[in-house]
Amino acid sequence: MTSDIVTLAHGSGGRAMQEFIRRELMPICDQELGRALEDAARLPFADGWLTFTTDTFTVQPLEFPGGDIGKLAICGTINDLAMRASQPLYISLSLVIEEGLKIDTLRRLLGSIGAAARENNVAIVTGDTKVVGKGQADGLFINTAGIGKPMMEPLPGVTRAQVGDKVLINGPVGEHGIAVLVAREGLQLQTELESDCAALAGLVADMVAAGGRAIHTLRDATRGGLAAVLNEIAAASGVGIEIDESRLPQNPAVMGACEILGLEPLEVANEGKLVAVVAPDAAPQILEAMREHPLGRQSAIVGEVMEGNRVTLKTLYGTSRIVDMPSGELLPRIC
Amino acid sequence: MPTSELAAQVADIAGQLSKQTTRPMRFMEVCGTHSMAVARYRLRQLLPDNVRLISGPGCPVCVTPASEIDAAIALAKRPDVTVVTFGDMMRVPGSDGSLALARAAGGQVQVVYSPMQALELAVRRPDRHVVFIAVGFETTAPGVACAVQEAHRQQVDNFSILCSHKLIPPAMAALLESGEVAIDGFLCPGHVSTIIGTTAYEPLVRRFAIPCVVAGFEPLDIMRALAALVAQVVSGQARVENAYERAVQPEGNQKAQQLISRVFEVTAAEWRGLGVIAASGLRLREEFSHFDALKRLDIELRPVPENPACHCGEVLRGVMEPHECPAFGRACTPEHPLGPCMVSSEGSCAAAYKYR
Ligand code: SF4
Repeated sequence: MTSDIVTLAHGSGGRAMQEFIRRELMPICDQELGRALEDAARLPFADGWLTFTTDTFTVQPLEFPGGDIGKLAICGTINDLAMRASQPLYISLSLVIEEGLKIDTLRRLLGSIGAAARENNVAIVTGDTKVVGKGQADGLFINTAGIGKPMMEPLPGVTRAQVGDKVLINGPVGEHGIAVLVAREGLQLQTELESDCAALAGLVADMVAAGGRAIHTLRDATRGGLAAVLNEIAAASGVGIEIDESRLPQNPAVMGACEILGLEPLEVANEGKLVAVVAPDAAPQILEAMREHPLGRQSAIVGEVMEGNRVTLKTLYGTSRIVDMPSGELLPRIC
Repeated sequence: MPTSELAAQVADIAGQLSKQTTRPMRFMEVCGTHSMAVARYRLRQLLPDNVRLISGPGCPVCVTPASEIDAAIALAKRPDVTVVTFGDMMRVPGSDGSLALARAAGGQVQVVYSPMQALELAVRRPDRHVVFIAVGFETTAPGVACAVQEAHRQQVDNFSILCSHKLIPPAMAALLESGEVAIDGFLCPGHVSTIIGTTAYEPLVRRFAIPCVVAGFEPLDIMRALAALVAQVVSGQARVENAYERAVQPEGNQKAQQLISRVFEVTAAEWRGLGVIAASGLRLREEFSHFDALKRLDIELRPVPENPACHCGEVLRGVMEPHECPAFGRACTPEHPLGPCMVSSEGSCAAAYKYR
């Protein structure tokens, strides 16, 4: 069943979205600079390089435990630059506001944007505002674009994972997706859960200081979760990846909610988690640097890059299964 | 219990199973959540070759006949109607599109987590008729009954349900009766059993002398229940056992049962793959028939021929395993599903594909 209209699956970070990008968007991107499917593009500038990225943010509710759309819009763009080992410098801010949004809400969100920019030493330097009619936007949409300065050369990239490399992650997955779902649907869960929404540039700077060129790939695990990112890396680098479930840091509240809702935690969105693929000898020192950073206390080496082309997971019970690219919207089950 | 210990216990049970007998045995789970857990942890890898676990008709969306899926999609295309559903239904292919496609084309479709949310929506939007797609087994029926009762009490006029509720034990009996697959025992569904209790399986055991063990959803729960089934077969017994005592009582949840029977009455129902089974479904009682979407919106269920390329029917009967379907992973994937078993989060084909 192919569709002749766009569905939510086309934006969900999974396979449908990848097919869509490859078929519809790649043909119009720059042959040389724009085809790499990286989080941020590396562009020649003066006698060096800069990195450039853009991202659009929509979330309901606009404010949720652990963050809001404003913080998300700043952190998300910072993170895309950070994943190319770049120091974020300048950010643009465009708002599409739905008629009827409370001024109070808008002020709170702008305050949160300002605070996130200040905390991370990025300057908001240009922007745009549009107001659209009731029903034409879901409260507020934000687009940010960012320019960064690379801290090393070559940049970490999605094609650079090598057989034998170690796979690291900076904490438990799924917190953002579940926190937003719970807030949106008013679900009653026993535990408090906050989005992990955070800017990762500081953590990456520490990792670069500790590991430098041993860092082959950095990728933040947003939509589509860890499963999508690992599959992207495996496909782009032409390798297999094996993850060890017993080494994955877990948040019990996320695991519990996923069980009730029938969701796969590895497919749930994050907004402050990165996957690093690094040379094996440098892995211990990079892990140590990560654990010393406040956003990396629960970091762990969770797997290894192997020959092959699949992402597999060694379960707690010693069995092994494939971790597939998520296929569409996350839809909770019936009972 | 720390996970390493859990893993050790699971391994231990698996080891004992292979020592107990070499006689071939085949057990069936009739619960989509079991299918998912088994696939997710690849528990079949741990079972000795002679013990096979097959999936049955335990996925509520999958057993919903095509005619009802089509009715839901047709409702979603009506300008005056908002269809409210559990997420599982969204991508199930009907003979023309799916609810997800109907939504993308401008239809009003909303995903909720509880039937009460559908009623709340109806109260908030008196200008629209809100239809809740009531799919599910004994587990979901109480929640729907509750919403219908509340709608009745508040006299909410713009709310109705497309009632497709089904009951598990009659389907188990129908499978045994047909004799199409040899089954040595049932791994009985945990969630459903919390409602109906373990006694609900007694008639089955008496009639067919078939071992029935109620199981929870952790790998250790499932392995323990399988061990209990093997032990019964080896010793030539057939009885109902409860391996999920922490959640399931012999008499079940009587409040929930009362709620179901206050609002619904038992009726024959059509199951995808199994055909019409007597006394295997629920319909609204006369007193609540006002909330029957078919009557209210004048929709007729039209028989729809099954897609000949899709073998969901065989998969649901346990006659075919998902990977044996010629379309599995080729013409049929989660992105381009031919049948509901590939898209529902509890479908056997979806489980087998995702965790292959
Ligand atoms: S693999 Fe697809 S076509 Fe085959 S039975 Fe499953 S859902 Fe139907």
